Formats: sequence, structure tokens, C-alpha cells
Amino acid sequence: MARHRSAPENQPLPHSLGQLLAAKEIAIACGPGGVGKTTTAAAVAAMAVVEDGGRVLVLTVDPARRLADALGLKGIGNQEIRIADEVFTSAGATPRGELWAAMLDTKQSWDDLIALHAPDEETKGKILANPLYQNISGRFVQSHDYIAMERLYEIHSEGKYDLIVVDTPPTRNALDFLDAPQRMADFFSSRLLRWLIVPYRSRLVNAATKPFYSVADRILGTQFLADISEFFILFQSMYEGFVERADAVTRLLSDRRTTFLVVSTLEATPVREAEFFSAELTERQLHLGAIILNKVLPDYLRDPKTAKLAQQLTHRAESLADGLTDDPVVAARVLGEVAESFLNFGVVARREAEQQAEMRGAPDILVTVPFFDADIFDMEGLLRLGVQVWD
Amino acid sequence: MTTAAPDLLQLKLVFVTGKGGVGKTTVAAALTQLAAEHGKKVLACEVDAKGDLSALFEAAPTDFVPREISPGIWSMSMDTEASLREYLKLQMRIPVVGRIGPLAKAFDFVATAAPGVREILTVGKLCYEVREGHYDLVVVDAPASGHVIGQLAAPQAINDLVKVGLIRGQTDWMLEILSDPRQTGLVAVTTPEEMPVSETLELTERIKAETTVRMSAVVVNQVLPELFGQREEEIFEQLRVHEIEEVLSERAGGSVATILEGARLAVTMRRTRAGHLEYLQAGLPPDLPVLLLPFLFTRTHGMRTTRQMAQALGEELGH
Repeated sequence: MARHRSAPENQPLPHSLGQLLAAKEIAIACGPGGVGKTTTAAAVAAMAVVEDGGRVLVLTVDPARRLADALGLKGIGNQEIRIADEVFTSAGATPRGELWAAMLDTKQSWDDLIALHAPDEETKGKILANPLYQNISGRFVQSHDYIAMERLYEIHSEGKYDLIVVDTPPTRNALDFLDAPQRMADFFSSRLLRWLIVPYRSRLVNAATKPFYSVADRILGTQFLADISEFFILFQSMYEGFVERADAVTRLLSDRRTTFLVVSTLEATPVREAEFFSAELTERQLHLGAIILNKVLPDYLRDPKTAKLAQQLTHRAESLADGLTDDPVVAARVLGEVAESFLNFGVVARREAEQQAEMRGAPDILVTVPFFDADIFDMEGLLRLGVQVWD
Repeated sequence: MTTAAPDLLQLKLVFVTGKGGVGKTTVAAALTQLAAEHGKKVLACEVDAKGDLSALFEAAPTDFVPREISPGIWSMSMDTEASLREYLKLQMRIPVVGRIGPLAKAFDFVATAAPGVREILTVGKLCYEVREGHYDLVVVDAPASGHVIGQLAAPQAINDLVKVGLIRGQTDWMLEILSDPRQTGLVAVTTPEEMPVSETLELTERIKAETTVRMSAVVVNQVLPELFGQREEEIFEQLRVHEIEEVLSERAGGSVATILEGARLAVTMRRTRAGHLEYLQAGLPPDLPVLLLPFLFTRTHGMRTTRQMAQALGEELGH
């Protein structure tokens, strides 16, 4: 078969993060803690506004205080707010669209969800006042995972945004938030739930369930069980709404319009977690769009010639520095320190480069972000990061 | 170190927590190693079991039954279902055989429905080991900042929710152990970076407000070495002048530009981090000790680095 030469405009573009995101509606940034996930999500959203335009929302969990302040996000909550164009222009960029931001308020989101599903005002009021509900929604962190995905669904279905970038909450297990909708559905359709509710309605305990109750009673106390059951009787009225919703959320996560960005650094533990995460996404047939590696040390630290030179510097510091400065003793010491530091960082840089080379299950978009001298705390910083990952 | 070091080794139960990625497990391992070197019998318990803790001792992953992984060091991974089984057997004389069965399902359900059950089984097992005195010290590689509050507050939360019943009777003695600063302490690990620092400050306040556990120390991990003093920096700047740099390259037989650039990067990194460290120290209660552990320029992590960190921690604690 003759080789077909396509016209340049028909050639596929080099696959880049920018190209990927131009074709998606939802990008979920996930990965281990402490690797700059929140900042990366914000940077990607800002880049999308500058490069592609449209309406972009970043749904964030807990941005650094200085960054939140700089973007004018102080005190925001569940309500999405628009980031002023001046924030872009003062950073020397021209926004072609609108950047919006919202922060996840777990408690408020749960309350909203109850309001949505509750059949009447009375049930709603009772649930909101229930001490068990307040505990689940406020104190226990697992509820974070579900509500983050629920909020995403809610916002996405309103259709207000071209792209939603989600920063995932720090979870006990990196995958908790993926399972959360299904767990929620299972929970409400559990047979045990019905077992638990029945006796307090009818007080008829049959032979099959009796042992369970007697143990449960002894451990938890009858009053507490009654509290639980009251809570679930109230919840039952919302059962169908919840299960339906949880299923819809699961479907959205595996939809073609959704992609996942795994964010990590090249330190040993985060790399292991990122690999695990990539494998899980693939196994669940979720779309692993890109891996973004933050805080990568510069290549020059690994240059073998320079390393040899640095070795020499440590041995010959005195003669090499002689006469170059006004203090030969200090100069020799400084040169020795400088060379030593280069070799030290070289060890780390080589280890990390090897980690990157060995990284398993990486998608074809794998981008690295250099170690920035200073913290990223404003739009200029975000875009500096964004440019690194975009093309 | 700013104030008198706490004697962490005198405690019976130490929770080590911190934001993800700051080296919480490394510090837990170092404390375990240090205590063992001081002749103590230590139980190191990993709560978010990933096997990282035993890996730092170059041992295979552990399970719920403690195993000696290094001289004087026993290690276990928390498993709330196994903890419930042990509890039922020991405290209520209800033997439970096998994993599958109505109990496992019932447990899953109750643990999801009744908030705090998983948490109380975790904390309960740890307090139980302290009460039984099988070990001189129990070191907990606890969950990240936000989660640990839920665990430490669980006995109180259960006390508030459950008015009667056996669980209620069980939380009193746990609270007693947790609230006793001579027995129990919490170590918050951080790095000198913006987010970990602000999370540590928040954690310090929440531990005080929401739990009865006392914070014993803040450990700042990955502190970079100070390359130069002021005089050295002046000389460094003289060496970086283009003409001087060229002479130096000529003498050395190759370009030293990137070597100097690397040092500048190291100095900047150190300086940015020093600012966060100052902010941390200013925000913490003045009587809370801050311990500094170095950034390790090593190939990998394992027994060797665990010993190095234990030594550094020992020096900070004045041992």
C-alpha cells in the first residue's frame, strides 16, 4: 500500500495536556498528599482560561491561604465566585474566558443534599437536628469523599461551565473518593439497614436476627440503637433519591468527558502511590489522562562531567580559589561547600530521574514541573507552573 | 530546639501525625528505633496500613498480630475488624471464628452507620496495649492530620452519643489513658513548607480544642543545611561574577557555571523554607518544643536512614 501523506493540517497535534483538556469537560486532579495537587489544579484551570477561553471552574478543597487571598477567594464557600479579570491582567496575561472558583464546604453540601432529597420540611428539619447526622456530616472525614463527587455532579449537570477542574480531598486511601458513590448506594440498599430498622417499628424479632440484636444491644446500648434506627427511618424516605444520585455520579466519573490527572513528585512514597493510583484507574476503566510531576530537580545536577568537576573542586578548592576573591580562606571553604552541595543534590536528582524512568503504567502525557525557587502564591506563579505543563 | 525537650521516651503512647508527604512514617520509625536503642520494648503500629513502616526496618509487611521485626521492636498494622473480634473475645467472651459471616457484615454496617466505631476500635486497641503493659512504649504511625482528630476525639464523641451500654463503660478508661500527659503524647510532623506549616498550626489548635490528648512536640523534617553564613555569601557572590567564574572554570578544566547555579538553588530553597520555619515557631505555643530533623541526601530509605534519623532525633531530644 502506498504511503499516504496527509496534509499538515490533518496531522494529529502533538499530544499535550492542553490538547487533552480542550476536549474534556471534567478534569480530576488526584494523587498523594503534599505534592501540590491544589496548586496544580488551579494552575491548569487558569491556563485553560488563558489558552482556550470559555468558562472554567476550579472546585478546590483547601488552597493555601496566600494563594486564596491573592485570587480574591478569601472566605468563599460552596458558592462559585468569579475571579476578576484584573487578577490575570496584573499577572501579564489576557483571559480569553472566565475563571470561577468554589471551595468544598462538606457540612453545607450535606445540608443542601438533605434539602434536595427530603420529602417534606418536617423530615428535613428532623434530620438536620439529629445528633447522628451532625456527626456523620461534620466530624467524620469519610463523608468528604462522597460529597466532593456529589458537588461535582451537581455543578456539571447545571451545564454552566465548559471545563471543571477538581482538586480531590486528602483521603485515607487515595481511591476512597472513587468508591464513595457506590458505597453510599450499597449502604442505603443494605439488607442490614432494613433489619436494623424493623424491630424498633414492630418490636417483632425473629429467630434469624435475634443474635445480632442481642450482641448489638450489649455493645452499643438500646438507646443508641434506637437513635440510629430513628435516623435511618428518616433517611429511608430519601433512599431512592440517594441511590439514583450515587449511580449517576459513578456514571459521570467513567464518562468520556471526564479525565483524571495524577499529580505527584518524584519522592519514593508519592511515586509508589501515584503508580498504584494509575493502575487502579486503568483497572476501573477510568480515563487516566496525564501524570504531572512537580518539584523536579534540574537536569544539570545529573551531568556526569560536572559531577567529576565538583569532585575535583572539593579536593583542590584552595588552589582553585586562590587570588580570585579578597579572602582566600573563606573562598576555599565556600568552593568546597558549593561542590559538596552540588554532589548532594546530584544524588537526589539521579535517584528521582531513575524513579521517573521506571514509573509504571504512565499515560503518554507525562509532564514535569521544575523546582521553583519560591512558593506559588499568586496568578503569576500559577501561570508559570501552567506554562510548564500545557504544551 | 527552642525549649526544654520533652522526654518522649518516658511516655507510654505516642501518636505521630502530620500532613501527607512530610515524613510522618519516617519520624515514627526513628522514634521507635531510638526507644529500642535505649533498651525499651516498643510496639510500632501502622494505622493506615501501607507497609511503609515495616519497610523502613527492611521487614515484610505486618498484620494485626504484632511481630518482632528488629531487636526490641514489634510491629503491627491496625485492622478494625480484627480489633473488634479481639475485643468481643477478651471483653465479652464472645468467640468469633472466621472472617465471613453475619458478624463481619453486621460490623461493616454498624461501623458505617454509627460514627466513631472504627475510630474507637483503633484507639481502643492502642489503649488496651498500654493498659496491659506488654510494651514499654507504643508508637502510632497515625493517620494524616484531619483524620487523627476524629480518632482521638472518638472516645469523647461516643461518650456523648451513647448513654449506656458496654461501649460507654469502655470509653472511660481509654479517656483516662489518653488524657494523661505522663502516658500519652502527640507529635506533629511537618516540613518547612507553606501548607504543612499552616496545617500544623491548625492541628495544634484543634488538638487542644477537640481532644484531651496533649501535644508533646512538633518535628520539622527535611530541614536543609545552611550552606553559608553572611561572610561566605559575600565571597560566593564574588565567585559568581562572570569574569571570576571564567577564570575558575579555566583552572578547573571545565565549566563551573552549573555548580554555582546549583548552590544558588540550594541557598534559595533553604531561605524560602527558613521563612516558613520562623512562621511556624511564631505561631506555636512558646512552651511547645520544636525539633529539627535534616533533609537526607541518600539514595533510598531503609534501615540505614532510619538509624540516621533516630540519631538526629536523639540529639534533638538531648540523649
